[in-house]
Amino acid sequence: MNSSRVETMDDFVSLKSKKEKGFFDNSGPESSRSRLARRKFFQKLLFIMFRIAAGLNGVVLLIIVYYLVSNGWRAINWTFLTQAPMDSMTKGGILPCIVGTFLLGVGALVVAFPIGVASAIYINEYARPGKVLRIVRLGISNLAGVPSVVFGLFGLAFFVIYLEMGVSLLAGALTLGAMSLPVIIGSSEEALKAVPNTYREASLGLGATKWQTIWRVVLPSALPGILTGGILGLSRAAGETAPIMFTAAVFFTPRLPKSVFDEVMALPYHIYVLATAGTEIEATRHLQYGTALVLIVMVLGLNLVAIIWRSRLRRKMK
Amino acid sequence: MEKKLKMASKNLNFYYGDFKALHDVHLDFYENEVTALIGPSGCGKSTFLRCLNRMNDLIPISRVEGEILLDGANIYAPSVDVVNLRSRIGMVFQKPNPFPKTIFENVAYGLRVNGNRDRAYLAHRVEESLKRAALWEEVKDRLNDSALGLSGGQQQRLCIARALAVEPEVLLMDEPASALDPIATQKIEELIHQLKENYTIIIVTHNMQQAARVSDITAFFYIGKLIEIGETDALFTRPRLKQTEEYITGRFG
Repeated sequence: MNSSRVETMDDFVSLKSKKEKGFFDNSGPESSRSRLARRKFFQKLLFIMFRIAAGLNGVVLLIIVYYLVSNGWRAINWTFLTQAPMDSMTKGGILPCIVGTFLLGVGALVVAFPIGVASAIYINEYARPGKVLRIVRLGISNLAGVPSVVFGLFGLAFFVIYLEMGVSLLAGALTLGAMSLPVIIGSSEEALKAVPNTYREASLGLGATKWQTIWRVVLPSALPGILTGGILGLSRAAGETAPIMFTAAVFFTPRLPKSVFDEVMALPYHIYVLATAGTEIEATRHLQYGTALVLIVMVLGLNLVAIIWRSRLRRKMK
Repeated sequence: MEKKLKMASKNLNFYYGDFKALHDVHLDFYENEVTALIGPSGCGKSTFLRCLNRMNDLIPISRVEGEILLDGANIYAPSVDVVNLRSRIGMVFQKPNPFPKTIFENVAYGLRVNGNRDRAYLAHRVEESLKRAALWEEVKDRLNDSALGLSGGQQQRLCIARALAVEPEVLLMDEPASALDPIATQKIEELIHQLKENYTIIIVTHNMQQAARVSDITAFFYIGKLIEIGETDALFTRPRLKQTEEYITGRFG
C-alpha cells in the first residue's frame, strides 16, 4: 500500500475510493465483502443448475437404454436377428425389418445427401442476397417444420400414386430423403460457414476458379461437419414411422426386397404394428422391446460412426 | 535506367453500397519497385490494394469506377478474365492463411488449379518457390507435414512461396508482417528486398519504419483519398503536406 505512488489528484482520488471499497486488502467495510459472497453464491447456484441441465440429457438417454435393454435383451438371439417373423409375428425374427430400415436409410441418404449438399453450396457460396435466396431459405425452414405424417401423405400422393411407384423401397427412400433435406442442408450450411473466408480469398488469389476453390479448399475443410450432418439426418430418417407407413413399409412380408420397387418391412413400423395392431399384443411385448433395442442400437451405432469419422478427419487436417 | 510502368490506377472510385471508400485515386506502380501504402485505419489503403487484383469483386454491394491498368490494359474491362488476372497478380494476406494441407500441397496449389499434374515438375517448382521465399532450408525435410504446424513467420513465408509459385508479375501484400514477431518481420522485410529484383511489389503497412525500410515509393492515404506520394526517403524526411507530416511523425492516426 505504502509503495503506491500518488502523483496526481486523480490518482489520489481513485486510490482513496479503491481503499474505501476494500479493493486492495480484505479489511474493507462489511457490506462489500458480504456482497461479494452473495455474488459468488449466486454464480455457484447458477452453475450447479447448468450442470444439472446438461447432466439430465445423459440421464434420460441412460434410462431409455436401460429400460429397453432390461426388457428386450431376452428377445435378442441369433434367430431373432436372422429369421423372418413367424406365426402371425409372435415368433421368429426381424431380419426383413433390419434390412428394410437399413435400405430405407441408405436410400434416403443417397437421395438427400447430394441434393442437400449442393443446395447448401449454392446458398452459401454462389447465391447473391436477394429475393430468390430469401424464398429458398423460407422454403427450407418451412420444410423443416412440416410434420412427418404430412411427408408420408405427400409421398403417398406423389411418389406412390402419381408417379406410380407403388408402395416401395424407392417411394419410401424418396419420402424420407425429402424429410431429411432440411437437416442436411442446415448442417452443411453451418459447416460451410465455419470455413474461414481467408481460405477462399487465398485460393481465388492464386488464380483458382470459384469451383476449384469450393472443391479443393472449402469442401475438404467442411467435410467433417457435412458428413456428420448427413449421418445424423440418416439416423433420424431410420427411426421415423409416419413417412414410410404409407409409402414403403408393409405389415408383413417374409421376403427381402429384390428391387427398389419392392415393399419392405421396417423396424419402427414393425414396433408400431406389434404394439397396436398385432394379434397378441401382450405376448409379443418382449419382441417389441427387442425390436426397439435393435433400432436404437442401429441409430446410436450410426451416430457413433459419425463422431469417430469426424474426429478422424479433423485430426488428419491438423 | 528507364523506369517501366507496370500498373496504374486512373480516376479510381470505389463504393461499398452508398459509402464512397476511395475518391479519384491516381497512382502509378513501376517494375522492380516496392510501393508502400500507408495511412490510418479505414483510410482505404487495403480497399485500394484489393481493387488491384479485383478481390473486391467478392463483396456483392461494391462498385468500382475508373480504370486500373496492368501493362496498359484495363483490368476491369469486360473482356478480362478475373481468374487469369489473379494468377498474374499474387496476394499475401494480413494473417498467414495456409490451407489445411501439407507444405508441399500449399505451394503446389496454384500450379495444380492451373492444370499441372506432372509430379517432377511440381516438385521442382515447389522447391524453387520455397527457396525464393527463404523457407526451403527450414522445411525441406518435412514437405509432407501439415502447414498448420509451422510457426506464424514460417506460415507467412509459405504463403509468399505459394504466391510466387504461380509466377505472378505483381505481388500485393496486405500488412504481411502485422501478425508476426520482430524477428519474423525482419525476415519478411529482407525477403521483400530480394523479391523486388523480379517483381513489382505493393505493400500496405501500418508500420512507418517498415515502410521506410522496405519501400522505394510511399503513398499516403487519408479518408479514401491519396494525399501524397513520393520517393520514400523524401516523403519521410521532407513531406510536402502538413497532414502527411503529422501522420508520419505520429501526431494522429
